[in-house]
Amino acid sequence: MAQTVAANTKWWSGGKSPFNVEYGKLMMWYFLMSDAFTFGAFLIAYGTVRVSSPSWPDPNFVFQSFPFLGSGMPLLFVSLMTFILIVSSVTMVLAVHEGHHGNKKGVIKWMIWTIIGGLAFLSCQAWEWAHLHHEGAWWGRNPFPNADGTVATTNFSNFFFTITGFHGFHVFSGVVINIIVTIMAWRGVFERRGHYLMIEKVGLYWHFVDLVWVFVFLFFYLV
Amino acid sequence: MEHQTFGGEVTIPHGAPTDDSKKRIWKTTIILSVLTIVELALGYWIYKMHSSGDYSHGLVNFLKGIIIILSLAKAFFIVSIFMHLGDEIRNMIMTIVVPLALFIWFIIAFLWDGISWKDLRNEYRPKDPVKYEQTAPAHGSTHEGGLK
Repeated sequence: MAQTVAANTKWWSGGKSPFNVEYGKLMMWYFLMSDAFTFGAFLIAYGTVRVSSPSWPDPNFVFQSFPFLGSGMPLLFVSLMTFILIVSSVTMVLAVHEGHHGNKKGVIKWMIWTIIGGLAFLSCQAWEWAHLHHEGAWWGRNPFPNADGTVATTNFSNFFFTITGFHGFHVFSGVVINIIVTIMAWRGVFERRGHYLMIEKVGLYWHFVDLVWVFVFLFFYLV
Repeated sequence: MEHQTFGGEVTIPHGAPTDDSKKRIWKTTIILSVLTIVELALGYWIYKMHSSGDYSHGLVNFLKGIIIILSLAKAFFIVSIFMHLGDEIRNMIMTIVVPLALFIWFIIAFLWDGISWKDLRNEYRPKDPVKYEQTAPAHGSTHEGGLK
């Protein structure tokens, strides 16, 4: 790591940015922190209702279908979605890396791969929602029985569609923002500006979306 | 390049490009993939135990705990390596991480409340345990979603 900062730098003595971070990037961090609380509140509400219920639908029974392959394959489709998002996170970090080098072509190439990953994830989610809707699940209706065989409340589908919908909306916004900054990079806006910090900021948002999926995946599909 | 100026604000570049950082990206990718595969394997194991019907709740809860810990590890790698938070100045990291410590209270308090709600209900209305819940309404009616 080519750290050019001396260890005893006096950050607060004036003349320097005390956090050594550009304003927009710092604010992106604070936005993401607040967004983490929003998602956290959703997931904890889900957890509270789930532990207060005597029984709950078994995710391996609910999520067991794969496009064109039929059903009886729990975990398979959601693993695909998870890997798509991890890979798109990697391509994003590579775009940021190329941005550090000021390599315009590299930035555009990896941003396009990131956008493709985001669109692939959204398509998967659209398929899953359509499939569950087809099976009779939606806000306010839940055809899936509890794990112990009793009839379940609609809490399960309400939380599932609300939380994955909120996450999917974040992915959608991320894809739109990625497309915008890719066009800006292509038109040479960042080259003229002298730095690719905008790619870093958008990258932070995109990684956050991946991070949230880690927990949505964990609490809805795995445990 | 000694420093960069953004709108009059001097920022010294950190996490500057080296061949190291690319290696670190690939290493983190592999770690994240392996952790995900382990999680899926444990999830599949739980599924197998559930479908055989012969399992101990202790073991299932233990496995679920491991999966949660692995997910927290994934979160750490994404935030510190992919989002480069680990390369920032310590004070800046603390302004992000310390507020998130509220989650510790948040999770304990709310889950405790949920469990206690269930226990109290089963204790005081033992003849009417929250076992058989209302039938999920068929297509259409969207209200009456909660527990009865």
